[in-house]
Amino acid sequence: MTDIIQKVKNLSIGFRSKKGDEILILKNISTNIKKGETVGIVGESGSGKSTLALAMMGYVKHGLYTIGGECQFNSSNLLKMKSKDLEKIRGRKIAMIPQNAGQALTPNLKIGYQIDEALQLHSDFDEKEREKKISELLNKVRLPSPETIALRYPHELSGGQQQRVAVAMALAGTPDLLLLDEPTTGLDVTTQAHVLELLNFIAKDTGTSMVYVSHDLGAIAQVSDRIIVMYSGEIVLEGPSRDILKRPIHPYTHGLLKSIPKLSLAGLPESMPGSQPQPGTIQSGCSFFDRCNFSDENCKNNSPQLEFLKDLNTSVRCFNYEKLVNESQASQTINKIKNKSQDKEILNLSEVSISYAKQKLLDQIFNRISDDNPTVKDININIKKGETIALVGESGSGKSTILKSIAGLLRTKDGLIRFDENRNLSSDLKERDPNDLRIIQLIFQNPDESLNPNHTVEEIIAQPLKLYFGLKGEELKKNIIDLLQKVRLGEFYTSRYPRQLSGGEKQRVAVARAFAAKPDIILCDEVTSALDVSVQAAVLNLLQQLKEDFGTTYIFVSHDLAVVRAISDRVAVLYQGRLCEVGPSNDVYKFPSHPYTEVLLGAVLEPDPDIKPKLVAEDIVEERPPEKGCSFQGRCSRIVGDICKKEIPPWQLTDSGNAIRCHIPIKELQKEQF
Amino acid sequence: MKLDNIYKEEKKSAFAKLSEIIITMASRPSGLIGLSILVFHIILAFISPYIAPHDFKAIDPTLMLQAPSAEYWFGTDDLGRDVFTRTILGGRTALTITFFGSLIALLWGGLLGIFCGLVGGKIDDVVMRIVDAFLSIPWILAMLLIVSLLGTSTEVLIPALGFFYGKGIVRVARAATHDVIAKDFIVSARARGHSNFSIIWNEIIPNVRDAILVEGAMRWSWMLLGFSSLSFLGFGVSPPTPDWGLMISNARGLMSFAYWAVIAPIVGLSSLIIGINLTADAFAKALGIDRSTKAPV
Repeated sequence: MTDIIQKVKNLSIGFRSKKGDEILILKNISTNIKKGETVGIVGESGSGKSTLALAMMGYVKHGLYTIGGECQFNSSNLLKMKSKDLEKIRGRKIAMIPQNAGQALTPNLKIGYQIDEALQLHSDFDEKEREKKISELLNKVRLPSPETIALRYPHELSGGQQQRVAVAMALAGTPDLLLLDEPTTGLDVTTQAHVLELLNFIAKDTGTSMVYVSHDLGAIAQVSDRIIVMYSGEIVLEGPSRDILKRPIHPYTHGLLKSIPKLSLAGLPESMPGSQPQPGTIQSGCSFFDRCNFSDENCKNNSPQLEFLKDLNTSVRCFNYEKLVNESQASQTINKIKNKSQDKEILNLSEVSISYAKQKLLDQIFNRISDDNPTVKDININIKKGETIALVGESGSGKSTILKSIAGLLRTKDGLIRFDENRNLSSDLKERDPNDLRIIQLIFQNPDESLNPNHTVEEIIAQPLKLYFGLKGEELKKNIIDLLQKVRLGEFYTSRYPRQLSGGEKQRVAVARAFAAKPDIILCDEVTSALDVSVQAAVLNLLQQLKEDFGTTYIFVSHDLAVVRAISDRVAVLYQGRLCEVGPSNDVYKFPSHPYTEVLLGAVLEPDPDIKPKLVAEDIVEERPPEKGCSFQGRCSRIVGDICKKEIPPWQLTDSGNAIRCHIPIKELQKEQF
Repeated sequence: MKLDNIYKEEKKSAFAKLSEIIITMASRPSGLIGLSILVFHIILAFISPYIAPHDFKAIDPTLMLQAPSAEYWFGTDDLGRDVFTRTILGGRTALTITFFGSLIALLWGGLLGIFCGLVGGKIDDVVMRIVDAFLSIPWILAMLLIVSLLGTSTEVLIPALGFFYGKGIVRVARAATHDVIAKDFIVSARARGHSNFSIIWNEIIPNVRDAILVEGAMRWSWMLLGFSSLSFLGFGVSPPTPDWGLMISNARGLMSFAYWAVIAPIVGLSSLIIGINLTADAFAKALGIDRSTKAPV
């Protein structure tokens, strides 16, 4: 048994409610972390995965306390240890890599200093050795030219580089166990793929055990040997990573895998009903009971125990897992989306450019914007009535900026936004009349922020109804209830406040509010990225249903290519505020494509251990778009020569119908990318 | 065990909300003490004219500086007036003037702060610099100027105090608005085309209300102290109106042999200030605002 490094035994952690009841966040968790293995802990928000990871380094969040059980590290219980002894273990034996490295690094200390600090604390090297060790560590996490990086401040690095520094700091104490709490969640797709690849390399290279906590099955699939699936504070499934992803024998995991959109499949995945129960609400029976398709009477009254299946080498907490054992791979049923777009053009952007540059005094006086190299430039898109067009790109690609200008929240520098073929929309709110404002509605990324916390659902939905249609009294009430039913929420939600709703319910209210204005166009800004996977599919399905009912046009902004694949008819790929590729989504996802699209597609993580991300380009972050030539020249792996740096590439049409803006002839792209 | 109810609450009436807040406030010892003191003072202020045993301005040279007795509970002052009567009536003056004063401060300070926070830009810059300029003037000097120009009637004192104590509220309200303004629900309201007034009324005020109310409650106790200082200096309400500051000022020279004349108003003033402070703290805690992290402006 010497190869077990961390042993969690019957661990329960919880808090006391105002009424004095004990509410459990973790319920009787037992698991072992072996030497050299990477364990992925996956679950939705509120499943207790972070609490478990923190307990593994002897930390219990303020307000929570240990109710029972222990976390054994080298046969001593971390949860009962004195803080002096814990200090010796944390950093040296167990290190943690936080979710947001940008916030975890001290902003006013140089990178090298911060790593040195970690070395001083956790190692016995003298000054000379530490100097060498710093560059060694920075080299190990593959940061370019360690000597210069060490002298920089955290804000001078990109998100991915900051995360690498955090990894280097964690490695400074040569720990036996690394805890990673959502280490790639805030990063761009391409950066995320690179960081994961680095983590894989480090795990192999140093033999460190890792516990990788994430909500993202795609990321977990890439790094872990073993997966623990958590639901409502319990382990519901635990086993070798491949088996769990290929043959999930717990209904929750089964449903979860089915609800993730895949690159290879167009159309919307099946959604899982309901949401995770709040801690303390489940009294008896299985905690997954009300969302389960396989449940029976037994599940309602008795709680299943975690059962170890020897032949599958998997533990499962379900009475009816046998029903799933025989079903080989989670066969994904896809609701094909019906493209009801008409030929009529509803919105046209021509030559739109937007600048964030600070205006000079003279320009302010003449009320104009002068900037030779604006953030967004040359955007020409026409959007047909009833279609869903997606704008994709990494952060900084200008996709949200374009959305803001369409909504009238940000002034454009040049260009026209034309509605319905003949009406010009000003990009300034004050110059739009109420009807212009009504036809375009927004749905935001984070429903926590987009709903006023002091308004009830009724008041929230009433706002546009009162503003645009002047509804009052009974009629207003009737309309609100109508809208709530359309987004699959009942009448009794009217008197609730946003804080009493789950993430998915909140987003539904936001959707209802947008539809209340009877808009022609709805702008969706990353509408599903703040939601849990199982809820995401449900919201996507709802949006699709509403679109079919009302004939609304969606402009959908997302960084998640799989989600875009699922819902959109057409895709526009943006890099540094310039269009790279536009076309029907089926064709954009097929090669040949723009080199940047190729990079994006290659970096998508799928919850399948057999599909590895392809890392084509470096994950450098560019501050500004280049002055001349192709916008992607800085990172392109297929650069042909001077022409890319000097001339703006021409639009080329492929056989399948998408337009690519590249100097490389389509035929050659085809040869290289197949 | 009905744990379900923890997570389910329905919309409550304003009265139910208020009573819930008061119950939460009273559930802490400090809140209970503060509330009781405040309520005691308020009730006293209402009933004092009816329960006062003597005439507050009846001067009787034969009764000068009497020690407390069954007839004169708190003794008499240097003009032979009943200290008990004057103390309970003095609370009435102080409470009325400062309550309405802080209401005015709350209104103009809160609304101006919210407006500046929302509009931003040049208007915000100009208004805030003017507020800053006023903040740098010692208020007591400015008050002396106003009082000597316009007199010491209640009609002058209330708005003047309200103006000087509102400056700080402008900053608090503006800061609270800035917290809210970046949220998407404001962006959403703007994109829908709501007017500034509608955004302030519907979206901002419900979210900054609590912070401003707590600030206003704190200002109330400060204003009480400020008002009493004015009276102490002789620039508050004019005699013979009973007033604590004035009473302390008159009796302080005689403290060595007629302590009763000065103790009663001091106890009255400090207990009311403590009462308001404790209540404001409990109010802030009941609303979930941590006042300890905010430096007074």
